[in-house]
Amino acid sequence: MNAPDTGYNFAYLDEQTKRMIRRAILKAVAVPGYQVPFAGREMPLPYGWGTGGIQVTAAVIGADDTLKVIDQGADDTTNAVSIRRFFQRTAGVATTTETEKATLIQTRHRIPEARLGEHQILVYQVPIPEPLRWMEARESETRKMHALAEYGVMHVRLYEDIAHMGRIVKSYDYPVRVNGRYIMAPSPIPKFDNPKMDRMPALQLFGAGREKRIYAVPPYTRVESLDFEDHPFEIQTWSEGCALCGATDSYLDEVVTDDRGGRMMVCSDTDHCDKRRAAGHSGPMAAPYGETPR
Amino acid sequence: MIPFPSRDQTPAPNIPAPGFADPVRDAQRCFRRLLAALSYPGRPQEIGDLLPRGPEPLYSSTAALCLTLFDVDTPVWLEPGLDTPEVRQFLSFHCGCPIAAHPGEAAFALLPVAAAERLAAFHVGTPEYPDRAATLLIQTPSVTGGAPVAATGPGIPERQDFAVAGANGGFWSRRAAVDAAFPCGLDIVFVDPRQIVGLPRGVHAIGEDA
Amino acid sequence: MYVAVKGGEAAIDNAHALLAEARRGDPAVPDLTVAQIREQMTLAVDRVMAEGSLYDPDLAALALKQARGDAVEAIFLVRAFRTTLPRLAHSLPVETGEMRAKRRISATFKDIPGGQILGPTFDYTHRLLDFALLDGETPPAAASAAAGPEAMPRVVDILGREGLIEADRPAPEGAEAGDLTRAPLEFPAGRDVRLQNLARGDEGFVLGLAYSSQRGFGSTHPFAGEIRVGTVEVEIVPEELGFPIVVGRVELTECQMISQFKGSKTQPPQFTRGYGLTFGHNERKAMAMAIVDRSLRADEFDEERRYPAQDEEFVLGHTDNVEASGFLQHLKLPHYVDFQGELVNIRALRRATQSARKQETAE
Repeated sequence: MNAPDTGYNFAYLDEQTKRMIRRAILKAVAVPGYQVPFAGREMPLPYGWGTGGIQVTAAVIGADDTLKVIDQGADDTTNAVSIRRFFQRTAGVATTTETEKATLIQTRHRIPEARLGEHQILVYQVPIPEPLRWMEARESETRKMHALAEYGVMHVRLYEDIAHMGRIVKSYDYPVRVNGRYIMAPSPIPKFDNPKMDRMPALQLFGAGREKRIYAVPPYTRVESLDFEDHPFEIQTWSEGCALCGATDSYLDEVVTDDRGGRMMVCSDTDHCDKRRAAGHSGPMAAPYGETPR
Repeated sequence: MIPFPSRDQTPAPNIPAPGFADPVRDAQRCFRRLLAALSYPGRPQEIGDLLPRGPEPLYSSTAALCLTLFDVDTPVWLEPGLDTPEVRQFLSFHCGCPIAAHPGEAAFALLPVAAAERLAAFHVGTPEYPDRAATLLIQTPSVTGGAPVAATGPGIPERQDFAVAGANGGFWSRRAAVDAAFPCGLDIVFVDPRQIVGLPRGVHAIGEDA
Repeated sequence: MYVAVKGGEAAIDNAHALLAEARRGDPAVPDLTVAQIREQMTLAVDRVMAEGSLYDPDLAALALKQARGDAVEAIFLVRAFRTTLPRLAHSLPVETGEMRAKRRISATFKDIPGGQILGPTFDYTHRLLDFALLDGETPPAAASAAAGPEAMPRVVDILGREGLIEADRPAPEGAEAGDLTRAPLEFPAGRDVRLQNLARGDEGFVLGLAYSSQRGFGSTHPFAGEIRVGTVEVEIVPEELGFPIVVGRVELTECQMISQFKGSKTQPPQFTRGYGLTFGHNERKAMAMAIVDRSLRADEFDEERRYPAQDEEFVLGHTDNVEASGFLQHLKLPHYVDFQGELVNIRALRRATQSARKQETAE
């Protein structure tokens, strides 16, 4: 089975590479939150553009999958477009922008607002898979810390924030503990999305291409954001809703509208915003639904 | 004179059992069901439709898993009972995987459910590299017809009951002993002629007689 | 009223068209051929082959053309192609002792068996722009001595016979050389993997590390024992034949650096080795590699590891320019979701400080 219009194998990777990645994925599922080293390949897209996520997707995807690719929550950002095209070309799969219709979702920096189900797999692109890296630069050391579940440095680091600034200032890539054991980097999603990872019915896979690590959170697995009893974990909130769909429960992007301080807030998840507007919800800046090229 | 190829259903001993009709597509399908099996432990997944037959005494389902997982990088342990010339020929021809001389060297092991007391012989990984633990493919007559077992843990919303035939005796307590060293442990896939049930190391499973 | 910016697909297509145009430059100027690059930009081709880890001058030249002359981009193109190639066979180790050298020098002995061959080198050129090249000029033929049959033993082997330099430590029987393109990098890494990493490593980065060690951020005191450039035969042993056959020739640059070593509790004073080997003609890279190789062997000689060039995790983790360039440049991708999180944060922190100040003033 060749890819539709290239001389390459289905989904670009050769079968031996896929087998190697598949074996790593299975071990990642078996040890939730543990980073499995894998012999990542050079991909035809640069490191930093999602080569880890792309390799995971390429090892998992089949002809009957429906793929959705988002970057910053949106399907039409240039990198999302580029990755979606890559799989259209090399795997010929159906693609969608609708979260519910996708069986495989590759994402950079967001978890969709819609609750994901058992029929879905969420693949995260990860730049730095090691949550302890900023406290300890050496792999040989962080590996020992994970082996012994010796996570004191992380708690000290978070507590220093509280001591100096009165709160934990990490706003994205906020560390989590998976199934009560491994501390894991959720990738640079905003901490707003962290609660969605907890007991999610969909399988969550994480691919870090440059750092050559794959890890996973199986469905229905406990994912807790690290916090302290007197400083419980909190997510971002805004005083206003989405200017287009009026949503008050979604993650908002700030759009600068002029150079005189004009701002508006809009949903970062474009499909979520679209669906709400199609259902008749409307925010203060919205054109009537259907009149914009959205 | 060269004998004309026989059209007998029984293959000549020097022709290995067939591989996938479409290796790329079928390996992907098999992998996804295996991934589902390990992601949702205890829930049977169908994989009997991928190959017409396996090399004796492997089920076609077991053979499909071999084709999906094994290659030159994965030493495979064949437990006596499953270690036949047909199986060796099949693995050598289709997978090119080395056959492990000792259970402890194996990345994967093929064993009948009766040999489950062998659990302690396999590599459980190290605290630094728990991913190096072996994966066991255990053949059983049925993944649904045995004594009920209650599983809890990652991949399971509340509790998942399953019933692997032949996995009684001390199997469940032996497995619990091996997996007490989490993150080290063994990942198990029970295989019957049609279905598989996954049981990763972190899932607690309590058998009737444990 | 607000309409979000759309059209990612069209923007990408347009960008690619602009890129093709920029690559071609003025269409009134004849198109550059791959053969011209291969023959006249040879050192750029050699660098792309070395760091791309693929010996194919035509593809390296093509990559340079496609990459508009950007070496790192060309290396990336070659790497992404290489990774799709099947591994058909493993070669035997090449025998650089039997190299047909076009250049061979030693800085440690005035004369050596086989002689010093200066060969094509910039070393003694005066770096004056040669305006004659503006008009395209054919150089006069160089005098060439008939390559003598004389053997060229390695300089380090001459020292080895006297026992003055550490003995080579052949890998144990049956040991396989690591391959970091097929297995993830682990620490501590073996010397085989370190050398592979350095051979693929960015020339500028490896040069900088070697230089830092020469300036005192390290403790190598290297002599260029020998540098040789030339072609060697590549042999494989097909399973069905059982004996080696030559499948091709490659040009290599090999450098053996010799460093002084005062001895330790277990080892007598002696010279020690650093080794560099690259595809093509690249003396700067081979020499830098040899110095960094020796620096990374600190543990073997009970030397304290104090400097970056001695630090295996630091060096091996940062040599790869395809990785480094990708991660650095990915900052161009949108980060506005995370930036929004930081905005929320900073505003909240400022509000908190302001209200605290107000309270102080009120009190």
